[in-house]
Amino acid sequence: MSKLFSKENREVFANPLNLDNPVTVQVLGICSALAVTAQLEPALVMGLSVTVITAFANVIISLLRKTVPNRIRIIVQLVVVATLVTLVSQILKAFAYDVSVQLSVYVGLIITNCILMGRLEAFAMQNGPWESFLDGVGSGLGYAWILVAVGFVRELFGAGTLLGMRIIPESMYVENGGWYVNNGMMTMPAMAMILVGCIIWAHRAYNDRKASKQ
Amino acid sequence: MNTNSNSYTIIYASVMVVIVAFLLAFVSSALKPTQDKNVELDKKKQILAALNIRDLQDANAIESKYAEVIVADMIINAKGDTVNAGAEKDQAGFKVENKEITAENLPIYICNVEGATKYVVPMSGRGLWGGLWGYMAINDDCSTVYGAYFSHESETAGLGSPIAEQKFQDQFKDKQIFADTAATQVALTIVKKGQVKNPEYEVDGLTGATLTTKGAAAMVTDGLQQYIGFFNANK
Repeated sequence: MSKLFSKENREVFANPLNLDNPVTVQVLGICSALAVTAQLEPALVMGLSVTVITAFANVIISLLRKTVPNRIRIIVQLVVVATLVTLVSQILKAFAYDVSVQLSVYVGLIITNCILMGRLEAFAMQNGPWESFLDGVGSGLGYAWILVAVGFVRELFGAGTLLGMRIIPESMYVENGGWYVNNGMMTMPAMAMILVGCIIWAHRAYNDRKASKQ
Repeated sequence: MNTNSNSYTIIYASVMVVIVAFLLAFVSSALKPTQDKNVELDKKKQILAALNIRDLQDANAIESKYAEVIVADMIINAKGDTVNAGAEKDQAGFKVENKEITAENLPIYICNVEGATKYVVPMSGRGLWGGLWGYMAINDDCSTVYGAYFSHESETAGLGSPIAEQKFQDQFKDKQIFADTAATQVALTIVKKGQVKNPEYEVDGLTGATLTTKGAAAMVTDGLQQYIGFFNANK
């Protein structure tokens, strides 16, 4: 048991959350980070789906890693990811129809997420299944928290709501005699890019300072 | 074993493809009946939403409410003549997909909500990124709207997507379908937000979603226009 949660394994899990974050450090998965963060809910769902799929794809590729012919390894990885995503989408359609309607286009987007292929190629091809599982969960969550942070800011200032619930009271708006106007820029993908940039900046400044103290 | 030889690579790829193909085919056919059931249930839920019966989540509650409220799912033609009386409630008009709707194949749901007759008509159109569809419930005078429901495939979250929200859909309640008593041209439409001149038959559009608004306006006007024969015959 202690071996399962050894120091190395804890690092494998925790590094992508912060020091080696897939979005802010490896700059992967940016395209979907822009596409699904106009509201908090799709950002949450997308983050969770990517976490689950990365973890399981990592495990499968890690189990297959010694048999995969080197020349077609990328294709094998792609087939595994596409199969998993299709299975998940079919199961959702049968047993959680409402969720599948909400996810609609995002399910397809998961296949093209560069974090998946990046982790499969860089980690699962060299490591055992348990380490790969931890790495997948860590990378997925590292991606998810950036998405949630961006989605939080964009929905709050772009629509005045969070998860569809009103946060900024109606009475504050100009059309109801107040002074407040929603920031339309927040609902545009360009603003997501700027927000991700700000997060990368803050994140690097914080980690550089910590590194120079040591 | 040499995992880099040509024959190994080819055999590996073939076996993998066959396994994956069988797996996906099996899952797809095993889950198909459940999925179809969900799609039907969702359609019933949408039709009920157009009749202002929302917030039904449980499958049995939706089925029984649908059976109670819907009297028939008729198929009519553009002149207003009945093609199929649809007494079984979900075998005739209900089975018509949106893309199969033509002048000779128009589904219409005859409903009875608390003693009053309502008609529900389906409609579909194109938004900015993908399809739009919806249902509109019309009072038995065939000229005022009772309720509306819309949904979309992939409109921009937060801009075009509020078309699927009740706040937008409730604006249609009690609107006039026609501008005059001649009732030859549908007037009900959606205009740019804040530019409503005739509140009897114009509805506020969505801010920052010009193309979704235009698509929805065309869907509502063209969708209702197909049923004009029926409306005039049943006034």
